[in-house]
Amino acid sequence: MAKKVEFMMGNHAVAEGALYAGCRFFGGYPITPSTEVAERMAERLPQVGGRFIQMEDEIAAMASVIGASIAGAKSLTATSGPGLSLKQENIGYAMLCEIPVVIVDVMRGGPSTGMPTGPSQSDIMCAKWGTHGDHPAIAVTPASVQEQFDETVRAFNLAEKYRCPVFVLTDAIIGQMMEQLVIPEPGELEVIERPKPTCKPEEYLPFDMDKDFVPLAAFGSGYRYHITGLHHNSDGFPTNDPVLHTKNTIKIIERLDKNYDDIVKVEEFMTDDAEILVFAIGVSARSAKHAVVEARNVGIKAGLVRPLTIWPFPERHLDRILNKNKIKGIVVPEMNLGQMTFEVQRVAKGRCAVEGLYSLMLDPILPSEILEKIRRFV
Amino acid sequence: MSYDYAKYLRKGKLPHIWCAGCTYGIILKSLIRAIDGIGWAKDDIALVSGIGCASRLPGYVDFNTLHTTHGRSIGFATGVKLANPKLNVIALGGDGDMTAIGGNHFIHACRRNIDLTIFVFNNNIYGMTGAQYSPTTPKGAWATTSPYGMAENTFEITSLAIGSGASFVARTTAYHVAHCEKMMKEAFQHKGTSVVEIINACPTGFGRKNKFKTPASMLTWMKDSAVNIERAKNMSPEELVGKYTIGVLHKVDKPEYIETYDTTVGLKK
Repeated sequence: MAKKVEFMMGNHAVAEGALYAGCRFFGGYPITPSTEVAERMAERLPQVGGRFIQMEDEIAAMASVIGASIAGAKSLTATSGPGLSLKQENIGYAMLCEIPVVIVDVMRGGPSTGMPTGPSQSDIMCAKWGTHGDHPAIAVTPASVQEQFDETVRAFNLAEKYRCPVFVLTDAIIGQMMEQLVIPEPGELEVIERPKPTCKPEEYLPFDMDKDFVPLAAFGSGYRYHITGLHHNSDGFPTNDPVLHTKNTIKIIERLDKNYDDIVKVEEFMTDDAEILVFAIGVSARSAKHAVVEARNVGIKAGLVRPLTIWPFPERHLDRILNKNKIKGIVVPEMNLGQMTFEVQRVAKGRCAVEGLYSLMLDPILPSEILEKIRRFV
Repeated sequence: MSYDYAKYLRKGKLPHIWCAGCTYGIILKSLIRAIDGIGWAKDDIALVSGIGCASRLPGYVDFNTLHTTHGRSIGFATGVKLANPKLNVIALGGDGDMTAIGGNHFIHACRRNIDLTIFVFNNNIYGMTGAQYSPTTPKGAWATTSPYGMAENTFEITSLAIGSGASFVARTTAYHVAHCEKMMKEAFQHKGTSVVEIINACPTGFGRKNKFKTPASMLTWMKDSAVNIERAKNMSPEELVGKYTIGVLHKVDKPEYIETYDTTVGLKK
């Protein structure tokens, strides 16, 4: 049977990916350049038995998706920079309370209202550190309309598997452009359903600190328990014990570290014999790939490291390449002033030069600009 | 007359955190009696709160309980209800939580007329942080952030709810225990957004510095100031100065949000 192929906008592909993953609730607020995700969900959710709501603000939108998830529905919200800032309060709540939700951030120029219609990659650090306190964070970074779909499915799987919020960190170009999308058949992509607790309700410890993972019982399923944004004990009730507070915070962060290989996905393109690396995500990675091919055409051994997971940071991948190859330098093109470059420098630990290529111009960084940086390392 | 509250209380979670003289314990008991009275199963209740003294209540009762972020209980509760409309969802919080930081969510829940029961525990002060003025602190009253007297105007919570579109709005007090239970029951049974303002006492934060020397004097104030809505109809404006009405202030039949949504989008034929 022929595959279902569509010509689709990136933001719509996110919505379709969410539905494929079993998303049945969307709570949002209009914001450029993410609004098409909400529009698509408003139309499509009722067709599959789900519900959509446009809340009164970004804060309530984030609250509603967490509430819906607690009641058992896979839930999605979508926003952009200023909305991401507003959502941070409840994103921290979902992190501490281990509630699976997916947050799409279609990056535009910031800070503040910034450049509403202009693309950017300047929320990379905001996704990781935007909410206060020490916390876990997962962010996936699609670079095409197909990946908008596929990585949204993966984001839902990761959220369920590790009981945490997951960001789909995309940008105004990938979100707004139209490309071919091959819709996977049901069952073709893995979809992880939320596991249910099997213990007796009176024995249920929703936040058991001594277990790597405890299924999240839906409200109304017969497991009555307490959830609080205060630091809590294994049973969910508040505690002021600094030992438990430390233990639990480390636990929810280390859970991601322990599962690095499952969470962190990286495309390594022509890196086997590479001497010069380009490290890029999203729209910048598309230019970067072009630049690497052009470099190879003139005999320069360049390679691309393209994370599809930017948080947790793909440091083990980068570390492995740096240990194996004799790398002269890494070029990091990004549409901000160096948020990712600093992370690459941290991992490189002086083993090679790391050169950022920053842009706040509203066009993508050109392959020729990246190629010029590559040439400097020759 | 004794009543078995233990059936609804979580074991080992008392004593509560509230100060001596606080009236929240009385409300907690009214809440339990009201729920028991209408016969809701514990599994079918989601009790959602924000931040503050009142918002610590859910931790003590054996329902599905969700202690959220400051002012956001209604946002969370809306998501819970939309994902599982069979749940009886109650959102509660103090005057600061519900009408200052959570004011936007409060008015929009009322506007939608979504089937939530909202309890506002109004003690005219931010108690937990140590007596700062709230949107319901009376003009001229002392608070740590109004040391010269409150200069701002107050919100009238029930008018706010009615103006925003809530289909059931009532007021009661912690002193009027039987009345409080009755108002809660009627709110639970009403389909749509139900708001009950519950006048409370914070002797520690508000009373001491506002001429209520003892917790008992605050209860006396509730008793003397509250006028039943039916009785108030026969009283002149002069007679009602310094008083407030209690009872069902507003009740209309109006389509509930989720039912309307489900019909509009074709989820329900």
